[in-house]
This record gives sequence, C-alpha cells and structure tokens, in this order.
Amino acid sequence: MHILLNTLYLMTPRTLVRLDHETVKIEVEGELKMQIPLHHLGSIVCFGDVTLTTPLIMRCAEDKRLIVFHDQHGRFKARVEGPVSGNVFLRHAQHEALSDSKKTTAIARNIVAGKIRNTRQVVLRGAREADNEDDRKALQETARELAHGLDALSRSPDLEQIRGIEGNAARHYFATLDRMVRVNREAFKITHRNRRPPLDRMNALLSYIYALLLNDCLSAAEGVGLDPQIGYLHVLRSGRPALALDLMEEFRAILADRLALTLVNRRQIDERDFVERPGGAVHINDNARKEIAIAYQKRKQEEVLHPVLNRKVPLGLVPHIQARLLARVLRGDAEEYLPFMYR
Amino acid sequence: MYILITYDVSTETEAGKKRLRKVAQVCKDFGQRVQKSVFECSVNEAQFEQLKHRLLQCIDEKSDSLRIYRLREPAKKYIQEYGVNLTIDFDAPLVL
Repeated sequence: MHILLNTLYLMTPRTLVRLDHETVKIEVEGELKMQIPLHHLGSIVCFGDVTLTTPLIMRCAEDKRLIVFHDQHGRFKARVEGPVSGNVFLRHAQHEALSDSKKTTAIARNIVAGKIRNTRQVVLRGAREADNEDDRKALQETARELAHGLDALSRSPDLEQIRGIEGNAARHYFATLDRMVRVNREAFKITHRNRRPPLDRMNALLSYIYALLLNDCLSAAEGVGLDPQIGYLHVLRSGRPALALDLMEEFRAILADRLALTLVNRRQIDERDFVERPGGAVHINDNARKEIAIAYQKRKQEEVLHPVLNRKVPLGLVPHIQARLLARVLRGDAEEYLPFMYR
Repeated sequence: MYILITYDVSTETEAGKKRLRKVAQVCKDFGQRVQKSVFECSVNEAQFEQLKHRLLQCIDEKSDSLRIYRLREPAKKYIQEYGVNLTIDFDAPLVL
C-alpha cells in the first residue's frame, strides 16, 4: 500500500535548495535550515523567491517527485515533470473514454454526485452547529437544494446538464457558505465564488487552499499513470489539468472549505492576515500562508474511513485511492467510478 | 519502521577518518543526526536493507562498531527528549 509521503512547502524568500547525496539541503541566506532525506518527500512546493538547483530538479524528475512553483500570491506558475511514463494502455483507455459519451457521462455524473453529496454533508454539519435559527434555516434550505441537485443528477442524460446541475449546486452553496462562519462574519463575507483575482477574504482563502489541493490531485493522477490533462467533467483546454480538477471535486468541500471555516472560526486566521490591493484583489500575507499550509498538512493526516476499501486511511491518501479507482474503470476492470463519500 | 543507529569509528588513521565521514553521510541520507554519532531514521523494509548494506560497506569490522536498534512505535510516544534538541519530525508538516 502506498504511504502518504510528505510535502515540503517553501515560502521563505531567498531560500536555496540543493541536492546533497540522498538528501535535500535547505539554506536561507547561506544558513542551513533543514536537511531532509529524499525518501520522506513526495513533492516540493515553492512559493515566490525560492531557488532549486538543477541537480535537485533533475533528480526529482527522475524519481517522480513533484516540483511545483507558485508566485508569492500562491498562483500556479510551473510544474516540473520528468519524461512521460506510466502505462501507455491506461493512457490510451483514458483517451478512448473521451470519445465514448456514455462512459464520459457516467464518470462525470458520479464525480458530481460525490461532490454534491460531500458538500451537503458540510452544509448539514453547519446547520447542526448553527448559533441561530436564521442560519440554520438558510443552511437547511441549501441542503435541500443540494438534495434536489442529486435527484436531478440521477435523471440527467447528458454532460451539459450535469455541468449545469453542478454549477447550480455550487451557486446555492456559496450563497450561504458564510452562514457557517461563526466569528468575525463581517470580515469573511462571501456571496459567490470569484477568482483571478479573488475579491474578498474568503475567496482568497479558498483559492489558496484549492491550489494546495490541486497539487495533491495532480500528483495522485500522475502517481497512477493517468494523464492529468484528460478530464471528463472539465472541458479540455491547453495547459489545464482537467483530470486533476475532476478528482478534486469530491474533496473541495470536505478538505478545503471545511479547513477554511475551521481556521476562521478558531481565529487562527483573521482580517489582519489579508491585504487589499488596488483594483479590489485580496491577498493573504506570508505568515498566514504558512499557517494555512501547516493546517492543511495536518488535516491530510487525519484518518477517515474509506467506504469502498472499508478501511481507515489518511485523508491525504484518498485522492490517490480515487485516482486508482478511476484507472480501474477506464481499463474496464470495474463497472462504475465510485466517488469518495465522506462519513 | 523507526530505527536508531549509533557508531564508533576508529579515527586513528586517515582511512578511519574517511570511514567516519562516509558512515555519517549514509546515515544522513536516511535520517537525521540527533547526537554526534547517533542517528534516528524512519525507513521502510527495503530502505532498511539498503541502509544496512551501505553502512556495512563503509565500516571496517575489525576496528569499528555499529549498532542498530529498532525503536518502539509510535516514536513520538516512546522517545523522550531533554536538553538541546534541534531535530525535525519529517512526518510532520514541513513548511519553511
């Protein structure tokens, strides 16, 4: 069984990272800060002004350790990939499924079903924990809308409709997301999802955590030998990791959104952690970024019951398991893609 | 598994000094230094065999000593630290 390898997040400006024998040496302005054996690392994620030496980059590419570069605001810039490998038959099956509308639709439908169901779990939990009747009612209403979405989904024959149902569910969900914010609600108001750039604090927080989650879904897809750009729910677009985005859908609410809410509700993050830029863009400051990355890593280590495998696994491993289940479906070893159902 | 490696390498000769550096480097490749010739490593079975093999290649069994202990897990629960400790838990979130 795959073990959950650690991710090294580098956010300190003027960091130099070198390969030293079988270890990674991290220096900040000439001072050695950490030395980590390579075998602990599954990926290295850099933010802003971080330098990796060429021998290290080549070694990681060779070992299939993911390297990702983001700018200082957390926006994805580049990813280092070694030569294409993995199973060519699997990738071929993946491409073939793309032209088989029945297969594509079935996969997309189950992904959206998993997403809406998990989102609904989060909303229902919010409703149970709500401090006042107003919030509870609003959240219960959203849960009802999501249930309608699930119902419509089972009857929808085509991909466009499925995408429509997904969009609709998301709109309802984000409209009442801040009802689950229990402290400092004025500062974390959100009415709808916006990005590039995010225009409020909650959207900035979500965008950042989604970027971390996307990296994990990318490495999950690549780890199984799937082409991360061939997706079914997401439309193909040059440079877009459509499959990783597909995989991510089931986890957005339970991993990312829930984490964002917890950070706000426990006051680990507050309005001082954000800066507003001319034009309305909202950014998270460096300290908060670190705090969030640590919280995200901790969340990934929490164990959950995987209903298909019927065993407990760290939450961070679930994208890898889902990628494997998807690969089975594409190969024809399994009938249907079963999304991850939280609790 | 979590293991503890300790060694004594005879450094009377130049060759001995070289062996000492080599042993330390191999240990660094698999874990971290907790005291001068003491390393803690978290490895799987395959890595453990590799580690042992590489260490045995470095040392001179006539003059050096090498001891490997398997630690009870979870390590966090059974290892107590006092004094100056600059160790990093490689399984905890790594953010710098």
